[in-house]
Amino acid sequence: MAAVRLDGVVKTYADGTTAVNGLDLDIADGEFMVLVGPSGCGKTTALRMVAGLETITAGRVTIGERTVNDVPSRDRDIAMVFQSYALYPHLSVYDNIAFGLKLKKIPKAQIDERVRGAAKILDLEAFLERKPRALSGGQRQRVAMGRAIVRQPAAFLMDEPLSNLDAKLRVQMRAEIAKLQQSLATTTLYVTHDQVEAMTMGHRVAVMRRGELQQVDAPQVLYDHPDNLFVAGFIGSPAMNLLEGTLERDGDGLVAVAGGQRLALDRELVRSRRALPSFVGRPLIVGIRPESIEDAAIAGDGARSRLRGEVLLRESLGSEVMVHLAIDAKQAVTDEVRELAQDAGGEAPGAAEQKAIVVGRFNARSRVATGATARAVVDTRSMHFFDPQTGLGIYDADAANSKELNRS
Amino acid sequence: MAARIANATRKLPVHLVLIFVAVLWMVPTLGLLLTSLMPADIIGSEGWWNLVSEPSKAAFENYDKLFDNNELTTALWVTVQVAVGNTVILVIVAALAGYAFAWLEFPGRDILFVVVIALLVVPLQVALIPIFSLYNTTGLFDTALGLMLFHVAFGMPFAIFLLRNFFVGIPKDILESARIDGASEMRIFFKLVLPLGLPAIASLAIFQFLWTWNDLIVALTFGRDTQPITVAIFSQLRQFGTNIELIAPASFVSLAIPLIVFLAFQRYFVQGLLAGSVK
Ligand SMILES: Nc1ncnc2c1ncn2[C@@H]1O[C@H](COP(=O)(O)OP(=O)(O)OP(=O)(O)O)[C@@H](O)[C@H]1O
Ligand SMILES: [Mg+2]
Repeated sequence: MAAVRLDGVVKTYADGTTAVNGLDLDIADGEFMVLVGPSGCGKTTALRMVAGLETITAGRVTIGERTVNDVPSRDRDIAMVFQSYALYPHLSVYDNIAFGLKLKKIPKAQIDERVRGAAKILDLEAFLERKPRALSGGQRQRVAMGRAIVRQPAAFLMDEPLSNLDAKLRVQMRAEIAKLQQSLATTTLYVTHDQVEAMTMGHRVAVMRRGELQQVDAPQVLYDHPDNLFVAGFIGSPAMNLLEGTLERDGDGLVAVAGGQRLALDRELVRSRRALPSFVGRPLIVGIRPESIEDAAIAGDGARSRLRGEVLLRESLGSEVMVHLAIDAKQAVTDEVRELAQDAGGEAPGAAEQKAIVVGRFNARSRVATGATARAVVDTRSMHFFDPQTGLGIYDADAANSKELNRS
Repeated sequence: MAARIANATRKLPVHLVLIFVAVLWMVPTLGLLLTSLMPADIIGSEGWWNLVSEPSKAAFENYDKLFDNNELTTALWVTVQVAVGNTVILVIVAALAGYAFAWLEFPGRDILFVVVIALLVVPLQVALIPIFSLYNTTGLFDTALGLMLFHVAFGMPFAIFLLRNFFVGIPKDILESARIDGASEMRIFFKLVLPLGLPAIASLAIFQFLWTWNDLIVALTFGRDTQPITVAIFSQLRQFGTNIELIAPASFVSLAIPLIVFLAFQRYFVQGLLAGSVK
């Protein structure tokens, strides 16, 4: 077991594509680090450089005490689980799992003990004599896991190991892998483009965009304090609502104005975001998570910050209702938003549209009906603000400055 | 039930035609087999079809004679040596080269591969004279080894081409996974590439074996006393055209052995060996 460190790692492919650009990542011994980002952002490339399957153009990769830039894969003492599982098709499940151990010339009895131990943990005991082609997708996935854990390596590398499974199995395996990692306490770098996987599995999550690291922190911190628009839009499902707005003074408080909507900001929030007052009179981007929007009929009348809009769609999930409201405001459209929409397979909203669609997570008892006008209350204690110029989150001015200093 | 009968009747004409063609195709082989079974005293006067109505006339005395004939058994042994030997050498070298062309990175790889492909167009006949003089000076003329090496050389471009293209189809993840598991290139070759490439290697081996077993022109050019069975039968025919009681069984043996080899190995042609490895 060992810590894994990436220091300014760069990968430029032969055709000139720079897939990873100056990646710094510190994975502590025993930590479960998830690397997440939209398709093509360089996650796999980063992982393959740690695995030694791709040369490192610049920077340094360290496993434990050792810089491994020039160490071949087989001497790096790592195990990898591929998206395709990459099982050896002509070998039985037993031999697949034992393959790496046999190469290390470990005594037969010990191999047998370890293979059977892994098979027991992974519930594969009944299939040890079978060939991979006679296994279901979930079983193949577990064989791939077994092959990794018997090696007892310094680190696990996993590249979207669950993406070939159906939704239900994925949820189950997600928990199993997290549990397994917990009990083995082996340093793990896990790549996925599924932000739910990232949030539920990782001790820390690193968000990448176009080969560059955006933010790395505990899942809850990413959710509550996204450093920039990209992280804000990427983490969370349904995604954060982003509106174009301005800030106005109202007495001794602040009001966020987005189109025809006026949202009086919570005082506590304003106090904690010391950079906010400097944006008065200037455009900014207002971010509201769906769960901060509730049916006014249910939330009661206490709050002063309301949205009014036509209900376009009502998706009942049983435990709650997702309500799509068309409100009088403008959707924030930046590069980040467009990129995220594209990754989600949708269209970015046109900049010219005068109606913005916000999604609210309403209580299941909500009676709003499609086509009717609904009133919603915004919990302004957990709103987000971003500088439209830089895309950076607006927090504490001093803290933001010191962060910049730390980085350079 | 009715549907099945209707289905069978609809297909009947097709089946009849196919059976007819198959039988027609087998008549010469069958004729050869029956001729070889006719005793020497009637072989000149009666046709082989008489044996169909009177099976009791059949006898194995021709085969006894064949295996007592030193010249022919020696020729058969030469053929076995050349056909097996050249196939083994070819497969080993081509598999190593195919793996390198498919999965190892080295400078000039792609150009070198194009050169190998280009060699495919060189016809065998243009090499006969130059190789003849080469063999004369190196002492390879009239040796089984000389015949073997010639076949290896001329089978090589196609063999490398075939195996390289098959190996390229092995999912890259499998090889990378083995590398991470701690396998060296040699081990990957023996533990993964060879077993996974078995269908292609078996096809290549069979075709090379059949081709060289039946070769006449190369053996005629580079052998004098080293005669494979094809040359031996050919010279028997030329010397005594009536020696049919020896030529028929010899021809049949020469035909049956590759057939047995083919049937023994054909199960390796079955595809789908890679199923279940990825996804
Ligand atoms: N061998 C290669 N040669 C050139 N460019 C490559 C190569 N492999 C990947 N790329 C490019 O590098 C970028 C990053 O690719 P990578 O596979 O790391 O993305 P990813 O984040 O894993 O995406 P996904 O979620 O779709 O798997 C992409 O733009 C891709 O086109
Ligand atoms: Mg990938």
